[in-house]
Amino acid sequence: MSASAHNAGSAASLKRSLASRHARERRFRRLGMLAVISAIVFVAVLFSSILIKGAPAFEQATLSLHVTFDPAVIRIKPRPQRIAGQSPADFARRKRSWQRSLALVDWNRVIETALRKTVGDADISSRDLVRLIASAERFRLRDMVAKDPAIIGATLPVNLLASADVDVWLKGNIDHSLPDNRQQLSVAQRRIVEDLSKRGILHMAFAKALFLNVDSRSSPASAGLAGAFVGSLYMMLVVIALAVPIGVASAVYLEEFAPKNRVTDFVEVNINNLAAVPSIVFGLLGAAVFIGWFHLPLSAPLVGGLILSLMTLPVVIIATRVTLRAIPASIRHAALGLGASPTQMVFHHVLPLAVPGILTATIIGVAQALGETAPLLLIGMNAFVAHIPQTPLEQSTALPVQIFLWQGNENRNFFESRTSAAIIVLIVLMIGLNGLAVFMRQKFERRW
Amino acid sequence: MSGAFLSLRDSLLGCVALPGQIGEVLRRVPVHTLTIIIVLLALVAVGYRVGLTRARRVAVDGAHPLHSRPVYYGVLMALWCAIPALIVFVLWMVFGETLSRLYIIAGLPSDIARLPGDRIATVIARIRQIASGFGVAGNTAPYENAIASGLATFKTVTWLAVIALAAVVGVIAARLRLARISPALRARNMIEGVVAGVLLICSAVAILTTIGIVFSLLGEAIRFFTFIHPVDFFPGTIWNPRFSTVGAGGQGGFGLLPLLWGTVLVSLIAIVVAGPIGLMAAIYMAEYASPSLRTVAKPVVEILAGIPTIVYGFFALTAAGPFLSRVGASIDLDIRATSALTAGVVMGVMIIPFISSLSDDIISQVPKAMRDGSLGLGATSSETIKRVVLPAALPGLVGAFLLAISRAVGETMIVVLAAGNRPVLQPNPLEPVSTITATIVAQLTGDSDFASPQSLVAFALGLTLFIMTLGLNVVALYIVRKYKEQYE
Repeated sequence: MSASAHNAGSAASLKRSLASRHARERRFRRLGMLAVISAIVFVAVLFSSILIKGAPAFEQATLSLHVTFDPAVIRIKPRPQRIAGQSPADFARRKRSWQRSLALVDWNRVIETALRKTVGDADISSRDLVRLIASAERFRLRDMVAKDPAIIGATLPVNLLASADVDVWLKGNIDHSLPDNRQQLSVAQRRIVEDLSKRGILHMAFAKALFLNVDSRSSPASAGLAGAFVGSLYMMLVVIALAVPIGVASAVYLEEFAPKNRVTDFVEVNINNLAAVPSIVFGLLGAAVFIGWFHLPLSAPLVGGLILSLMTLPVVIIATRVTLRAIPASIRHAALGLGASPTQMVFHHVLPLAVPGILTATIIGVAQALGETAPLLLIGMNAFVAHIPQTPLEQSTALPVQIFLWQGNENRNFFESRTSAAIIVLIVLMIGLNGLAVFMRQKFERRW
Repeated sequence: MSGAFLSLRDSLLGCVALPGQIGEVLRRVPVHTLTIIIVLLALVAVGYRVGLTRARRVAVDGAHPLHSRPVYYGVLMALWCAIPALIVFVLWMVFGETLSRLYIIAGLPSDIARLPGDRIATVIARIRQIASGFGVAGNTAPYENAIASGLATFKTVTWLAVIALAAVVGVIAARLRLARISPALRARNMIEGVVAGVLLICSAVAILTTIGIVFSLLGEAIRFFTFIHPVDFFPGTIWNPRFSTVGAGGQGGFGLLPLLWGTVLVSLIAIVVAGPIGLMAAIYMAEYASPSLRTVAKPVVEILAGIPTIVYGFFALTAAGPFLSRVGASIDLDIRATSALTAGVVMGVMIIPFISSLSDDIISQVPKAMRDGSLGLGATSSETIKRVVLPAALPGLVGAFLLAISRAVGETMIVVLAAGNRPVLQPNPLEPVSTITATIVAQLTGDSDFASPQSLVAFALGLTLFIMTLGLNVVALYIVRKYKEQYE
């Protein structure tokens, strides 16, 4: 009787404890689920925040105008021709002087005339009118004439970028209800912008400038990524030319030739540690050694590439070693058994099989190097550079550094979206590279 | 025509010398490099051809079979040709500048030559400048012009002589070695020795990088400590480098502690954010998640690790900071948009994948027998995880966390953009702080002179950072390695 009661009681308490244990189990499980979901939510928030901010910047306010290249305004002599017997230096001098006269033309007046004709509104100052157009657009008109002086006298349809302030106004990145004294555009300018955009003359067009132009401070609307892109390209080429061969060679040595002793152990520990050294320390190394000691030029993609190569080296070494280790011993034994020397075995049999893995590692390493910013700041790549570098020794900037520079621009409501667009470009490049790596891995991977 | 000649002469000028001149020379070296490459390639081609032909002939003539295939003899011969020539070029690169210096000094009038060393250096620099064709400011003395024009010829002549010498040395070396090509010569083994040597040198680059880091940081840091005594630096509580003048260490403008505190604070917040999320995500992935969820969720989470840190910084500055600030305002808490909290939280998001994938690996390595034992005794999954798996995995997990902390300590761009850069020793995480990394960037991207304590302090900070992260890494890697060995 009492035993059964006791049993019943203990069964009940057992049930209770089981229930609470199962509840705890469910709670724990839910907690784990929550952690995974929150990590995924972070990814989603990060990407959507950047996308929402950056997507509008791929379109830019553009005016389709009929520009008259009035010979009365563009008063230049015909382009100098190479005369027989003329020395190259003399010809170059005459060409330069012609180009100078071209640069001295009042291009603002050309733009103003075209605008006035379209607007048909006399009640606006020339200054306000010209400021509707991005200031660097006048150089585009100049370059059109320089390319083909025959257009002088003609009226051509030209798409001109509107200024950053107009772009901001049309995209609603500034509060339209703000009082006049806090608006970037004057009352008259706003009237004209509204009118032109209603007539379809001022419209949104794909922002080619973002990709084809170099950075610009005086004319934010024409600031682009071309210079940064080429700078990054040079650096990646340096990384591929240096980090990959050296990395693969040292991985081959450590994995296939090195005697298993304390020195090899030390090298291995050293490489693992090098992979975890903060990137800024590599920047300090570069500043002290490449700039301070070797006097290599500041802001040069070559120096940036050297630093990024040193950073990428451990990545390539570690990944190549993993690939080499995955190649079965039977391949090596077969080669050695047929009389190949160890070097022949490695270079004729093992390395060819490791190529896909090495390529994947290379791409991942390059993608990582592409996004690196901090060390580049220390070698002066945050300088303002308004040209596309012709060689890796010229001043240049890089994509992530350009993002850093743009986010600090005081023209906030224009550049926040421009910066996000640059980030999208960078991330698309990185995802493209990583996608390529995944594709190669799946296409060429061999399972043993 | 004269223009073309001048540009040719200009490009023939200039030689490589001490490390200090490398940057200068690299700017106008393409023609030199090209010539060197062409000469070396020609020697390689000739050597290869000669070696190959010779080997084939002795193989036909001789009674003994060749030790290696003829190609190896060709390659060996090419190396024998090219290496002496290369040595000549290297010697010229090292000593060429000294040679032209000697030439200039020899041409100086005796009264100038008696000037002290630094004045002579100025004179030499002026003459080189004149010889380069760019000219110098002010009037030039007749002797300067004379030496400069002589120097141009001298350099062209030396350069041509060097090319000729390299070619001749290469050919002579080949001629001397030709007799050695015989069936008994173990050409393949010799080449394999060279290959092994090259591989060894390549794997030394990683070591050299470490040595380079240590010595450059130490060297510059020691220079900094000649301005500011370490006793004022390490325990200093005030960071205000702008108002310190050279040698004014006593004012205590260079105190490490505010920056160290900022670094610790931000890393702490980051690990508080990332630790639980990363660990729980790892547990869920390793123990509960279905394979299909795993294949989707794991790469998605790892995307976080691949995003450039500048993107996180921008996100922190434009989205996370204002958001946290608004949340703070709604509960009457004054959170600044750029603060230790903002930087820490965003950095936490960044290191989630480090913790989750490392922990996932480590948890998966705990032997299945241990889980089965616990489950067989009636424990639920969560009890098994909490009482059996996690204690067994603890050392590895500690290692993973240490690695993540080291990553947070060395992170730069997020704190540069979002921590507020206010190096004051204060405990409130809702206020702006500055960290070691952010300060390194701030000190080295300004306009200050590279030799001033304001710039050099960056290296002392870098040294501190390097030692901190190295310590964390060494301990973490050691623990993880030991842990893995335990279950292998």
